Amino acid sequence: MSIEDKIVADLVKHRVELVTTVPCKQLAGVIEKVDAEPSIYHIPSNKEDEGMGICAGAFMGGKRSAIVMQNTAIGVTINTLVTLTQFYRMPLPMLISYRGELGEPVACQAEMAVHTKALLAQINVPTYHLHKEADVEELDAILAYTFMCNKPVAILTDATFWNGY
Amino acid sequence: MIRSEVLKSLLPVFADHHVVCNIGLPSQELHMMGDKPTNFYMLGTMGLSSSIGLGVALAQKEKVISIDGDGSVLTNFGTLPTIANNVADNFILLIIDNGSYGSTGDQPTYAGMKTSLTAVATACGCENVVECQAEDAPATLQAAIDSNKMTIIVCKCESGNIKVPVITMDPVVIRDRFMKSLEARNA
Ligand SMILES: Cc1ncc(C[n+]2csc(CCOP(=O)(O)OP(=O)(O)O)c2C)c(N)n1
Ligand SMILES: [Mg+2]
Repeated sequence: MSIEDKIVADLVKHRVELVTTVPCKQLAGVIEKVDAEPSIYHIPSNKEDEGMGICAGAFMGGKRSAIVMQNTAIGVTINTLVTLTQFYRMPLPMLISYRGELGEPVACQAEMAVHTKALLAQINVPTYHLHKEADVEELDAILAYTFMCNKPVAILTDATFWNGY
Repeated sequence: MIRSEVLKSLLPVFADHHVVCNIGLPSQELHMMGDKPTNFYMLGTMGLSSSIGLGVALAQKEKVISIDGDGSVLTNFGTLPTIANNVADNFILLIIDNGSYGSTGDQPTYAGMKTSLTAVATACGCENVVECQAEDAPATLQAAIDSNKMTIIVCKCESGNIKVPVITMDPVVIRDRFMKSLEARNA
């Protein structure tokens, strides 16, 4: 099973029925699989905070949701994470491509990379960092944890996790 | 008519429908005029009323009305193409367009100048976009509810505010009773 298939299978296992995405080169494969999964409503959003609003609504409507996004969007989502997702205590798995780490070819990506974990830590978002392909095994437990504690949870995924850029 | 008068005139039309209400004075006014579990008050995240409402509408069957503001739609313009391309016929977006950031002291917005939110929503691909004057808001909203079609209403009104207390209710309580009400109605 490819890691993309495993990720989608875990989302389905945990009854995630709505996924919003903003693309990253690394996330192209998983976005394609999410779109093809019949039990998931895939709703591309134009900005990540907008996507988090949709996820909050879906949760209140009785459906579990998730967001797939790039780490460069952390800055624009801080207010939403704090005053919507956390303030109203809502679960939100965030599958995040961690650009600007080892193997990164684009210098500009390193600039947000150095702030990513600090920003997540500052707002008390539980953060998991998947380095290698085999780390995908942790996703099942991370999703269970997210829906147990009703918090936004960050899953940072390196280029090496996706097998390069 | 100013926003608080428009909201007051709409109370019988909101009736027992689920309403997601924009941050600031609109939520405070709705709360003051008659708090109920079917109201979801936004205490933060200016701009996301339409996104939250769309999410609720896509996830279940009950009708959802998002009360939004012109300033908030301007700050989250990306929402209109998303709404246009993900049609939920149980969703109504009611934009109260007073041409100003009312909650922060009526600073003018571009919607009160050259920019028409009705034209923007239409250009984004939204199919049922209706512009109305404040006096016609109840009839326009009722027609949208009866049509069972996703509708965007741009309700033009005057800027101006009344004095209202802040909402001190716990956010988790607001969210929980709203969810339970939806769940019961969908059962
Ligand atoms: C990110 C952010 N910037 C600014 C504000 C301050 N703010 C709260 S409500 C509001 C005005 C919203 O205007 P509009 O959507 O037109 O609603 P109105 O109050 O006019 O009904 C502003 C600027 C905020 N809450 N969040
Ligand atoms: Mg306004």
